Amino acid sequence: MAADPASLINWSLLALEPPGWGGVLLAGLMNSIKIAVGGYSLGLILGTGGAFGKLYGGPVLKDLLEVYTTLVRAVPELVLILLLYYAGTDLLNQLMAAIGYGPVDISGLAAGIFVIGIVQGAYSTEVLRGAIKAVPAGQIEAARAFGMSSGQIMRRVTMPAMLPHAIPGLSNLWLISTKDTALLAVVGFSELTLVTRQAAGSTKAYLLFFCAAGALYLALTLVSNVIIRLIEARARRGMAAPA
Amino acid sequence: MTSEDNTIGAMALTELPDRKGFLKPHRIILMAIAAVLVFCAAWFMRWDWLPEYGWRLAQGVGVTLLMLVSTCILGFLFAVPLGLVQVTGPWPLKMLARGFCTVIRGTPLLLQLWLLYYGLGSLFPQFPAIRQSFLWPYLREAWPYGVAALTMSFAAYEGEVMRGAFAGVPAGELEAGRAYGMSRWKVFRRIWLPRAIHRALPTLNGETVLQLKATPLVATITVIDVYAVVSKIRQMTYLTYEPLLLLALIYLCLTAILVVAFRALENKIPTRGA
Repeated sequence: MAADPASLINWSLLALEPPGWGGVLLAGLMNSIKIAVGGYSLGLILGTGGAFGKLYGGPVLKDLLEVYTTLVRAVPELVLILLLYYAGTDLLNQLMAAIGYGPVDISGLAAGIFVIGIVQGAYSTEVLRGAIKAVPAGQIEAARAFGMSSGQIMRRVTMPAMLPHAIPGLSNLWLISTKDTALLAVVGFSELTLVTRQAAGSTKAYLLFFCAAGALYLALTLVSNVIIRLIEARARRGMAAPA
Repeated sequence: MTSEDNTIGAMALTELPDRKGFLKPHRIILMAIAAVLVFCAAWFMRWDWLPEYGWRLAQGVGVTLLMLVSTCILGFLFAVPLGLVQVTGPWPLKMLARGFCTVIRGTPLLLQLWLLYYGLGSLFPQFPAIRQSFLWPYLREAWPYGVAALTMSFAAYEGEVMRGAFAGVPAGELEAGRAYGMSRWKVFRRIWLPRAIHRALPTLNGETVLQLKATPLVATITVIDVYAVVSKIRQMTYLTYEPLLLLALIYLCLTAILVVAFRALENKIPTRGA
């Protein structure tokens, strides 16, 4: 890249208005963030359910959850995304046909959130399970001795006490989910990586656009890191500094 | 480094289910249901294309494994200095290594791969010096870019792990080595590096599984690995699910083999009180 004279870089390609592609890239970034946020939230819901199921569920539920997390963690995300993308839309259409509606057109956004959510769910199950196990058993027993119901124990003791243990893992998962959105480019969803490739392909300025997209992803990561640090400081307040 | 270990443990499968007490009553029923599902998949889905493409699939698995092994070894060779300079190096090197790790870990691998393949790949032909060099026949192909991207990614992630591993070796062991009159290099070779690798082994296992899961990305730059073979099969046979299910099964087996191999390696190293 050092060999590339500065005069060769056509910065106007990154302009926000249509001859430039800057606006398209930012729209792609917005799409990526939407999917990352949606998928991550869905993953957190699945993960919370999965973690409690794995720890306190019956033997059948435990085994089924084990199969889910094992399969998702052993198969590449790209393959899972293809399988879930086709299978998910196919199943939904068959379901709609069975109820008596015509085939529905599923938006790429919803499908992307669903796919990322299923993948993230398996990972956050494992992270949350580890965090819940790190809560001292005495605290939960004390809550039970006070006569709290299991829902109350979860809300008042387990959840707040496990958060400091879960946040490092969960924040890594957030960073992973922002990067996993790039894989949706392979199924043709116009998130940042795909629009970058389209922009680069039609202007032939490959290096410029891929570096610009890289800078956007990096900025997203760095901003996330700052926010994560604030959240972590708040969750750990009153605790000894980590070793 | 606990958060890193925690996530890698959650991200990558590094434990296989234990055999002890495996056959409980409900498990037998579950296994029966699973067997019925597998039977249905084998009976009602179309698998007649399998013999025709078997050899190509095997070649694809070979390419995938080649990618995995070569990039893991190369990446690890880069990761050791990356981790070391972050612990002891002079500050310019330290900043450089930290910047490299941050940039690589902060951007998606797919983007890095396309940056190298499309970006550098479109830049290189403009320089006559490169076109005439002996490297040109290789630079015109796709796989060097795939190897480069995967190696950099593995080096960055593993460099961070090695940084923690180097920093975690007890100072007393290094001081003991110095007290015996070993040179700095000898201390590094005999104590620091082996101890750090030993500490990093469980994480290394997870990273290798993650690397296996990253290899199908090279199919997007026309390297014919097993994922690309399956995509080809899907185009030729118009089947949606069967090839993908087979692909998932192949990766499942590869992951299991990796985990078992690493477990055997870990067990070979004697540890105190284990």
